[in-house]
Amino acid sequence: MTKTRQLCTFFADGQFFGVPVQQVQEVIRYQEMTRVPLVPPVVRGLINLRGQIVVAIDLRRRLELSDRAEGQLPMNVIVRTADGAVSLLVDEIGDVLEVEEDTFEGPPETLQAASRELVLGVHKLANHLLLVLDTEKAVNGIENGSLRSGAEV
Amino acid sequence: MNDEIVREFLVESKENLDSLDRELVHLEGDPRNRDTLASIFRTIHTIKGTCSFLGFTKLESVAHVGENLLSKLRDGELELSSAITTALLAMVDAIRQMLDSIESSGSEGERNDKALIDTLVALQQGTGAAPPNASTAASGDAIVRQPLAADPSAEPIGELPVAPDTATQRADAQPATERRDGDPTRIGETLAEHGSVKLQDAAESLPAQQAARGSVSEASIRVDVGLLDKLMNLVGELVLARNQIVQFTNTVEDSNLIAPSQRLNLITTELQEGVMKTRMQPIGNIWSKFPRTVRDVAVSCGKLVRIEMEGKETELDKTIIESIKDPLTHLVRNAVDHGIEAPEQRAAAGKPAEGRLFLRAYHEGGQVNIEITDDGKGLDCERIRRKAVERGLIPADQAARMSEREIANLIFLPGFSTAEKVTNVSGRGVGMDVVKTNIEKIGGTVDVQSKVGTGTTVKMKIPLTLAIIPALIVTSGGDRYAIPQVSLLELVRIEEEEAKTAIEYVHRAPVYRLRGHLLPLVYLNDALKIGDQTNDRKRDRAVNIIVLQADDRQFGLVVDEINDTEEIVVKPLGKQLKSVNTFAGATIMGDGKVALILDVMGLAQQANVISESRDRSIAEKDAAASKEAGVGRKQTFLLFRTGKDNRMAVELSLVARLEEFTTDKIETAGDHRVVQYRGKIMPLVHVSEALNATQAAAASSDAGTIQVVVYSENGRSIGLVVDHILDIVEETVAAQHSSKRSGLLGSAIIQQHVTNLVDVRGLIRTTIPAFFDHPSVGEEQRQ
Repeated sequence: MTKTRQLCTFFADGQFFGVPVQQVQEVIRYQEMTRVPLVPPVVRGLINLRGQIVVAIDLRRRLELSDRAEGQLPMNVIVRTADGAVSLLVDEIGDVLEVEEDTFEGPPETLQAASRELVLGVHKLANHLLLVLDTEKAVNGIENGSLRSGAEV
Repeated sequence: MNDEIVREFLVESKENLDSLDRELVHLEGDPRNRDTLASIFRTIHTIKGTCSFLGFTKLESVAHVGENLLSKLRDGELELSSAITTALLAMVDAIRQMLDSIESSGSEGERNDKALIDTLVALQQGTGAAPPNASTAASGDAIVRQPLAADPSAEPIGELPVAPDTATQRADAQPATERRDGDPTRIGETLAEHGSVKLQDAAESLPAQQAARGSVSEASIRVDVGLLDKLMNLVGELVLARNQIVQFTNTVEDSNLIAPSQRLNLITTELQEGVMKTRMQPIGNIWSKFPRTVRDVAVSCGKLVRIEMEGKETELDKTIIESIKDPLTHLVRNAVDHGIEAPEQRAAAGKPAEGRLFLRAYHEGGQVNIEITDDGKGLDCERIRRKAVERGLIPADQAARMSEREIANLIFLPGFSTAEKVTNVSGRGVGMDVVKTNIEKIGGTVDVQSKVGTGTTVKMKIPLTLAIIPALIVTSGGDRYAIPQVSLLELVRIEEEEAKTAIEYVHRAPVYRLRGHLLPLVYLNDALKIGDQTNDRKRDRAVNIIVLQADDRQFGLVVDEINDTEEIVVKPLGKQLKSVNTFAGATIMGDGKVALILDVMGLAQQANVISESRDRSIAEKDAAASKEAGVGRKQTFLLFRTGKDNRMAVELSLVARLEEFTTDKIETAGDHRVVQYRGKIMPLVHVSEALNATQAAAASSDAGTIQVVVYSENGRSIGLVVDHILDIVEETVAAQHSSKRSGLLGSAIIQQHVTNLVDVRGLIRTTIPAFFDHPSVGEEQRQ
C-alpha cells in the first residue's frame, strides 16, 4: 500500500497548486487590504485577521504570472510559516485532496525561473497536474526585491 | 531526568547568580558583613546541592571549591581580598556559562575549569587549611556531609534548617534533598543524624520554614512572558472592539446600549492598564548587574569607582527594559573607562580618589528619564571638534560654529572615538552611535552634557511602553497613516488663498517659513510614491503641515487630511516588510482596517531631510541674525506698540512665544516684576521703561492683562512686556540709521511707518544682566 498525503489545493492563472494541509492555517474569502507603499508589487497589502496583521502576497505576481482580471477578487490562503501567518492570494480554492506519494515527480527541467524555485514538484493526477508549492520560499526572498522598487526618485 | 526540575533549577539559579554578583561586590566594600557572607554561602551551597542531585558534576565541582573558600571567609579564617573577590566572581561567571549551556544543550558542555578550581583552592589554602577532598564532593551525599567532614567545627549546615529566611530564599534546598534518589530523609533529620543539630530544633524550625515558603508563593507566581504577550494582544483586540462599539454607540440613542457601552469603555481602559502593569519591570532589574560591571571595568583599568543609584523602582515595559539593557551597559562601562580618571589624576585635580557614577531614573511627562552621571574629566570639546573634522564627519566651518553642547553630542556619530588607545572596554569607535540608534529605535532620545573637569551626564528619555501609543491619524492618497505623537511638534494649516504664496521653493525643494525659519516640506504622497502627485499639488487647496522632529531636525510633512489623535495598538510588520524603514509597524483602526504607522526617522531619511547639512543651532542663528539685522535681506518681524504710538519690531526668530497674563499674576522678586511661567519664575521687562520711553507700565496694568513676548535662552525665559502686539510682517529692511541707545539696533521703515528695531539681548543685558550668566549644565535645551 502506498503512502498518501493531504494537500490543500487552489488555482492561480489556470494552474493547479497544492500545499500540505498542515501548513495551511485557514482559507478565507477576499478581505479588504491596506496597501503598503514602497514595497515590491508582490506584496498586495495587509489584512486584519482577527486582530493579527497579516501580509498578503499575490501568488500570481510571486510566480511572475499575469495579473488577475480587473474585478476578479482573490481568496486568501493563510499559511503558517516560520515567521507567523502569511496570506497567499489565489484565484480560487480547490478541494483538500489525498494524493499518493508515488505520483510525485520533481519539477521538469524546462520550468521557468520564478516557478522553478517555488515548485517542489508535481503530482500526476488522473486529469491534471498538481504543482506542490514550497510555502516558505513563496513568502520569503521578497525583502531583497524591495531595494529595487524603493529606489530614489 | 525531569525537565521540569531542571528548568526550575535554571530559573532560580540564574536569579541567585545575579544577586551573588551584587552581594560579592557589596561584600568587597564591607568585608566583615556576616549577613552578606552567609547569604552568599547559602546561595552557592544550594546551587552545588541541586546540581549534584541533578548530576551536573562539573558545575558541582566548581561550586564546591567556591563554597569551601567561602566557608573559610565566613569563619574568619581568611580575609576577603580583591583577588578572592575576583576569583569568586570568575566562579560565578563559570557557573553562569554552564547554566547557559545546560539551558541550550542540556549538558554543561565541554569545559575545563581546572585553572579556576586551582585558583580557588590556592586562595583557600592561603591560611594553610586542608584542601577539600574531591572524592567526597563527587559522592551523592556531598550536599550535607561534605562541609561537616571538611570542617567539623564549622556549622555551615546548621543554619540552613534553623534560619527561616534561608528557607524563604532557598526553598528548593529542602525538596532537592528530599528528592535525592528517593531518599525520604529530610535535611534536618540528616543533620540530626550527624549530631550537628538537635532533632527537636530541626522539627521546630520546620513549620516556620514552611510558613515562610507559603507566604512567598502566595504573594507572587511566575508567569510565562509568552502568556503576558498574548494577554496584551487580546487586550489590544478588546481596545479595538471597544473603539468600534463606542463609535457605533455615538450614532444611536438607545440608553440600553449607551450605559453598557460606557461601562465597557471604562473596564477596558482599566484592564488595559492592569495588563500593561504586569509587563512593567523596575529598572533596578538591569541596574543590579552594574555594580559588578563597574567593579570589573574599574579593576581592569586601575580605577576606584563607587556606583550610586536613585529611582531603581522606576518601571518600564519589559520589552523596553530588554532593549535599553545593552545601551545602558555600554554607557556605564564607557563612563568608568573614559569618564572617570585614575586615582592619581583625580587627586591631582583635587577630587576624591574614588570616582562616583550616579544612575538616576525618574518619570517625567509620560516618559522615563535615565541619567548616567560621572564626576570624571568630562568631554574635551576641542578634541572632539578636531577629531570630528579630521574624520570628515562634519565640515570644519560647521564645527567652528557649533556650541559646546552640540560638540559633545558629536560623540554619537558613527565612527567616532577619541580614545587615545583602544582598550578592551571601549574605544573602537563603535558603541555610542549604536547606543543612540538603539535608544531611538524604541522612540527614545539621548543627549550628553559635559563640563571639562567636572564630569559628564548622559540623559535618555524613554517611552514607558511601546505596545499602545498615542498617535495622530492622517490621510494621504486615500489611505490612513498613524504618526506617533512623540515626534509631533505642531500642526500648521495654510488656507487655500495663502497656499500658493506660503509654500516657496528652493530649487525644487518646497519650504515653508515657520516663524522665520525655513521648514523643509515633505509631501507624504511623494515620499510614499502614492496618489497622483502633480495633480494633488496643483489644486489650490488648504495645505496641512505636520511639523515633525526627526533627530535634531524639523521638517513639515504635508498630508491630504488630518483626522484625529487616537491611542493605537502597535503591531509588528511581517518579515517581508522589515526592510522598509519608513514604517514602524501597523495598527488596526476602529473600523477594523489596517493602518500603517509611519517611522518619522525613516521617513526623514527617505526624504533626505536628515542628510541635508543645515545649521542646526537656533541659538547661534539668533546671535548672527541680530548682528546682521542691518543688512538688507528679507526678515520676519514681530511688530508691537509701546506707549502711544511707538512702533517697535523684533525679529520673529528671537521670539519663543507670545503670552498674555492677567495683571494679578504679576509678583515681585527683588527689584524685578516676575510671573510664574511653566513652573519657573520668569522676570518681566517692560520694553518702554527699559528704553526710557513714556511710563506706559501703569497704563498697561490698568488694562487687566499684559502682552508678553517670551524670549528664551539656555532654558531660561524672560518676558518682554509690550503694550500691544500689532502684526507679523516680512520685510526687506532698508535705510536704517543705527541707534546709539542701548537696547535698540536702529530704526527702519516697516509698513510705511518708522519702526524701532529692538536689540533683545542688549535690552536684557541692560536690565537683567544676570540673565546671561552661567547657563547651567542641567538646564534643558530648548527645541
